[in-house]
Amino acid sequence: MNRFWANLRRNYEQGRISPLLIVGLGILLSVVLFGLIGPFFTDATNAQVGAVRPRRPPGDDYLLGTDSQGRDMWALLIYATPNTLKMGLIAGFIGVGLGTVLGLIAGQFGGWIDAVIRVISDSLLTVPAIAILVIIAGNIDRMSTFVMALVVASLGWMFTARTVRAQVLSIREKAYVEVARVNGEGPLEILFREVMPNIMPYIVASFVGTVSGSILAVIGLEALGLGALEEMTLGNTIYWSQQSSAVLRGYWWWWGPPIVMIALIFIGLFLTSVGFDRFANPRLARR
Amino acid sequence: MSALIEAKGVTKRYGSFTALDDVTLTLSDSEPSMTAVAGESGSGKTTLARMMLGFIDPTEGSVEYRGKNIATMSASEKRAFRREVQPVFQDPFEVFNPFYRIDNVLTTPVKRFRLADTDAKAQALIEDALERVGLRPQDTLGRFPHELSGGQRQRVMVARAVLLRPKMIVADEPVSMVDASLRATILDELRTLNRELGISIVYITHDLTTAFQICDNIVVLYRGSVAEAGAVEQVIGRPKHPYSQLLVSSIPLPDLTKAWGADEIPVTEANAARTNNGCKFAPRCPHVMEQCWQAPPPKYMPDAQRLATCFLYRDAPVSPDADVASVFRPPQAAPVS
Amino acid sequence: MAVDMTQKPILVVKDLNVHYDTGKGPAKAVNDVSFSLRPGERLGLIGESGSGKTTMATALMRLTRAPGRIVSGSVELDGQDLLKLSDKDLREVRLRDIALMPQGAMSSLNPVMRLEEQMIDAIVAHVPNLKRPELDARVQQLLKQVGLAPEVARRYPHELSGGMKQRAAMAIATSLSPKVIVADEPTSALDVVVQRQVMQTLGRLQDGLGAAVVLIGHDMGLIAQFADTVGVMYAGKIVEIGPVRQMIEAPKHPYTKLLVESLPGIEVKQALVGIPGLPPPLVNLPAGCSFDPRCPFAFDRCRSETPQLQEVAPSQAAACHLYPGLSELPPLPARAGRELNA
Repeated sequence: MNRFWANLRRNYEQGRISPLLIVGLGILLSVVLFGLIGPFFTDATNAQVGAVRPRRPPGDDYLLGTDSQGRDMWALLIYATPNTLKMGLIAGFIGVGLGTVLGLIAGQFGGWIDAVIRVISDSLLTVPAIAILVIIAGNIDRMSTFVMALVVASLGWMFTARTVRAQVLSIREKAYVEVARVNGEGPLEILFREVMPNIMPYIVASFVGTVSGSILAVIGLEALGLGALEEMTLGNTIYWSQQSSAVLRGYWWWWGPPIVMIALIFIGLFLTSVGFDRFANPRLARR
Repeated sequence: MSALIEAKGVTKRYGSFTALDDVTLTLSDSEPSMTAVAGESGSGKTTLARMMLGFIDPTEGSVEYRGKNIATMSASEKRAFRREVQPVFQDPFEVFNPFYRIDNVLTTPVKRFRLADTDAKAQALIEDALERVGLRPQDTLGRFPHELSGGQRQRVMVARAVLLRPKMIVADEPVSMVDASLRATILDELRTLNRELGISIVYITHDLTTAFQICDNIVVLYRGSVAEAGAVEQVIGRPKHPYSQLLVSSIPLPDLTKAWGADEIPVTEANAARTNNGCKFAPRCPHVMEQCWQAPPPKYMPDAQRLATCFLYRDAPVSPDADVASVFRPPQAAPVS
Repeated sequence: MAVDMTQKPILVVKDLNVHYDTGKGPAKAVNDVSFSLRPGERLGLIGESGSGKTTMATALMRLTRAPGRIVSGSVELDGQDLLKLSDKDLREVRLRDIALMPQGAMSSLNPVMRLEEQMIDAIVAHVPNLKRPELDARVQQLLKQVGLAPEVARRYPHELSGGMKQRAAMAIATSLSPKVIVADEPTSALDVVVQRQVMQTLGRLQDGLGAAVVLIGHDMGLIAQFADTVGVMYAGKIVEIGPVRQMIEAPKHPYTKLLVESLPGIEVKQALVGIPGLPPPLVNLPAGCSFDPRCPFAFDRCRSETPQLQEVAPSQAAACHLYPGLSELPPLPARAGRELNA
């Protein structure tokens, strides 16, 4: 355990862990903790429709006030945040997972497999995602957070696939791959021992980007009312607040907190992705 | 004489560019020797090296390892081949996976080829190899490639080859990025590997001085064809092919009594435009004759241990064997001090 | 090439110190280095990697980048101390009066710009008022000077061979007829034939401009054939400096002698001897002579006292405690062919 901290400290001094990364991770961690620990102190029922007195501004009895349908905003925020994050994460994993596998296959095997994958990914990239997502989401009967994540992931894998493919192609030509071959490593071993570690930074960066994009897409769809409306999510909250003209009526505590939370999530993701590159690529580290 | 590696009439073309043109060279393992393959960039020396290592296949002809064609080997045959024929690469940066510490480059072969049965023995082997090439283990192990200088990285690659004790090492410019004083150490280590452990060395270089010092024989390539080949004392000491003469006279020696460089014939427009079906060096050759443009010269043998593909020596006998190594002299026991 | 030694020096470097800030203290890459250069003179600085020679090259033009910094000393070009100039003035002086051909100059060419654009860029940065026809003419003239055909101007770097790229870099470096050219290992990636052509071109250029050249490298043969004066660097210091012929025939500093003796020739096969041991780490240099651990002639004084450069022969100076006692070095002790780490 001591070695872990010593390593960490050395990495920090070498400039590999930048303040950006620390702040970014800190923000994300706080958001996650908020969503993980919060439920232990808050009653879920307070976040449901008609639970408490409606339209109360923030005050002693309700920390963030209540909305016009009788939900305690504080409780709502605590339950909505992890749900939104969950969707982003699921979409991120599926999107990046699918993209990585397709990218690896395309890059490693080339030929017609590569051609097919490339044509599909490049065409989908040019398609206006939000339009397609609206159509898909609008036609699904049983929407849930998981299905939402799937819908968004279906158009979130292409960037990762392209990036991974390009990297595989470039790394395959490198001399250290030849050295590995000369050491007797087979093609699968080379893929995992030599190529993958050098692709990890790109995958992680893609992951962060995909999660951000997915959360954005999810919130966008939900704000349009296409989400799983019975679930507690940040996007749905915005939708309901719009439906009740919360802006016009001055109920800033209804639409304000979810927006602040969304902003925090994005800032955290952004700083993390910027700071991570320094960590992954030791040559960029400057002190 | 059993052949370890045989390049048989090997030609390599990339589109319209011919990197190697019908080269035949046999390296045997009964008398492990040090052979230099020299030439300018674009001469085909690196292409030949990569073929001998099994990285690229010839367009025509074949490269055989112990009688088996490398291009059609099975996976297990290839593994046996790789155990016996190892490279030392030129570029000291790209050969290291930047994700791992350089220890990886040394521990991987130890593990894969089972060179040591305990961790302690493996560590001892690795430290010994590093010290042999002039590196301090405590300063080198545990570092990432970008933390070492180019010269240090190259020495690690040589250390890796030392570790493996293969039958043949193909070293592509192993000391080009290393200082003069260290160059001697590393080249001497290669020579020791050859003398004491019986490892054949193919030394790819454009530095004729070091080729002369450590090798027994040399093949000089020009634009993919063999210009001259034979014992280093002959080819470098008393070069006969005009291209070899140009190369040798271009070497900057600290001996200031000698003039530096014969004057090269610049390629005139007339020469550049002329259709050349003969000797590739004709446009630049100070001794060019009409005959040289008509057909490529055969391999003449103006001396016992040398062949030169040049019409200047048309009165000499033609080499009966396509194999360039047939004029090589056997390796000497010890250098004349 | 005969150098008029009565002329005033064009470049005077005095007590230059360049340190690199490492986590463990400053690494003295250039340690109290002084030398001077006359117009038309060719100075070769030879040293192993880690001797400080490239640090020196960049420091001469104040191009040192963090974590390196110029700690003290002066670099006077024609009377003006470059280290004291303002950034603006320095930018004008660079290229116009002193030009650098950096190591790997051929990779310093912008791959997406045609050669003529890059050359024009360099010129226009200093002489903004020239019109296009004048610039084109100048480009053609420069290409001719370095032996490149006129049509090369319209080419991209990747269309040129290594030697051509190096000559293009030379053309850019000399585009404003500088007084001093600093060439840092200009031929390291080139083969012998091209190397000779490039060096001959450099020599011709230099003669034409009347400029002085500082050639930095590790190839004693190359430096011997090109330079008039040779300075040998070791661990950040100049340990010997003098006319090239004298230095090679009668080196006075043990390191120089070892270097010269380790050079293989092509007359006779000899036992390849390197110099045993490794150069010292530049951080926390021990007291005394930095070559002491590897020197075959070291004695007590060498461990405690750092030797200073002193004249050991006409125009030749060496930093070694053996002098002024000796008139020349004794023959080196016989060494076995293989030397391992001390």
